[in-house]
Amino acid sequence: MNKTENQRAWFFVAPVLVLVAFNALIPLMTVVNYSVQETFGNNVFFWQGVGWFEQLLHSERFQAALGRQIVFTAIILAIEIPLGVAIALTMPRKGPWVSVCLVLMALPLLIPWNVVGAMWNIFALPEIGLLGRAINALGIDYNMTQQPLAAWFTTILMDVWHWTSLVVLLAYAGLISIPDAYYQAAEIDGARPWAVFRYIQLPKMKQVLTIAILLRFIDSFMIYTEPFVLTGGGPGNATTFLSIDLVKVALGQFDLGPAAAMSLIYFIMTLLASWVFYTVMTKNDAR
Amino acid sequence: MTLELKNVAKRVGTDTHIFATNLTLATKGFNILLGATNAGKTTLIKLMTGLERPTSGEIWFDGKNVTGVSAQRRNVSLVHQFFVNYPNMSVYENIASPLRVARIRGPEIERRVGETAELLRLTPMLRRRPSELSGGQQQRTALARAIVKDSALVLLDEPLANLDYKLREELRDELPRLFEDRGTIVVYATSEPSEALLLGGHTATLHEGRITQFGATAAAYRAPPDLATARVFSDPPINAAAVVKQGGEVALNADVRWPAVGAIANAPDGEYTVGVRPHFVAPAQQSESAVGLDGRVLVTELSGSESVAHFELGDQTWVAQSHGVQAYEIGEMHRFFVDVSRCLYFGADGALVTAAAA
Repeated sequence: MNKTENQRAWFFVAPVLVLVAFNALIPLMTVVNYSVQETFGNNVFFWQGVGWFEQLLHSERFQAALGRQIVFTAIILAIEIPLGVAIALTMPRKGPWVSVCLVLMALPLLIPWNVVGAMWNIFALPEIGLLGRAINALGIDYNMTQQPLAAWFTTILMDVWHWTSLVVLLAYAGLISIPDAYYQAAEIDGARPWAVFRYIQLPKMKQVLTIAILLRFIDSFMIYTEPFVLTGGGPGNATTFLSIDLVKVALGQFDLGPAAAMSLIYFIMTLLASWVFYTVMTKNDAR
Repeated sequence: MTLELKNVAKRVGTDTHIFATNLTLATKGFNILLGATNAGKTTLIKLMTGLERPTSGEIWFDGKNVTGVSAQRRNVSLVHQFFVNYPNMSVYENIASPLRVARIRGPEIERRVGETAELLRLTPMLRRRPSELSGGQQQRTALARAIVKDSALVLLDEPLANLDYKLREELRDELPRLFEDRGTIVVYATSEPSEALLLGGHTATLHEGRITQFGATAAAYRAPPDLATARVFSDPPINAAAVVKQGGEVALNADVRWPAVGAIANAPDGEYTVGVRPHFVAPAQQSESAVGLDGRVLVTELSGSESVAHFELGDQTWVAQSHGVQAYEIGEMHRFFVDVSRCLYFGADGALVTAAAA
């Protein structure tokens, strides 16, 4: 067979290269560019090397924000994944109620982030909000604009309300894809409900759960809009997560160099954590 | 030991999946449920396992009424068409799982799993997970799980349907040996007549929720009670055509007629349907009594060492099956020969014309 060699393939590859360059590489390199320089405006730049990175990693403010971010993400995953799976397990597998459940579950996902933040802000206000009034009526002193603990509680509750549905839908998709034959086999074996969950449902849901955990990790690690609208990062810095801190540095103080360095570290951490996580979760399948 | 279905019927809503059925299955040889997709094979199997309750009727097992007894208390095993194993357990643990649920002691489990694995040639794979096995090995694992329990009733629901040709042949040859001398009632559902013939035993043909025939496989094959059953138990499909019997002759059309021999000889004149199994339609004359049919060859297929030709005869399509590779020219006329002594005749109601009835 004659192999014809020509340069025509470039026509097919070029659009992708241009697209990737404009939506990823060029913006990223601009950030890299800022992160190693200092500017006082007027487009005058001074070489800074890794100075910003050193300063940032030693800064208590950054470490605190990172700490808060990690705790927040850990709590979110610890609540939403088991809760999502539990809800998915209670949903009907067939019948008229399936679509009702699915629509109910999908509703929170359809609400824009900032609207969720505004909703919960009003919802949780101690004087007029339903949630705020209710908690105070129980005799618990609750004011999320002044108490860090209350602010955390509200933020987590909001995120659980907004995003558990995603885990539910993914887990449900995994569950209904299990053929009836597996349940019949378990029934004939006389397996108890826990054994059915442990040895049939959980292994069969593993792949969708990997995706669910990954999505919820990335999303909660980069959370910005909802806490920004809900608490504005307060009271004090109590709910100032990484991205809120980043915006304060970049736009509030207009420190482009440190903000760029922070962006890069943030990006690399997210990428690294996702990669490690994905590798660990899929290791068994590849073996 | 027997499994008896007494007037067992299953309705779901207004649909009847199984009409009142009487059936007695014994331990000797395979009991084959033969029927097309949706004929009710799987429903019948679910009723036998206890996964589903009959709407009416009773199921008796070993002299006891087990109609309301749940599947796990009935001492049954089920192997599906899909390879159903616990995905994150090793093959060893999979085979051991029914024994563990039954709270059997450790050394005993080890011995029985070892024996069963040896029988199914799974010993080298015991440490692997099902997803690391080939389809055939996965199905062997599922079979091992069914066998290790030593159930009194083993149900195989199209166990070979998802395997490729070679593996299917291999496992099909092994199956009878696996259940030999176990004193187990084995029920085997399949949609393939050839599988029923190869496995022998007894065959029940299912058609639209009814058992139309039950008996020793070879006898059932030779004497289908009606046309629907003959269609179920014939692959390639049986040729069926309207004929008119007049005097001592049967006429297919103005040109093709043959002497009425066999059961049809004494039947009254009138319209009948002739059924000819494709392997009694030969591409060459083999006996004096054979009648020639001139047909235009439409499609030819080779399956194994068999040649199958579909040909057009008037407005009908006939199928001829013969040994060896035949050289048919597509679109050309060819003379096929029907062995008229092997023809089955069905009356207007679809029932087989037998010598006794005439």
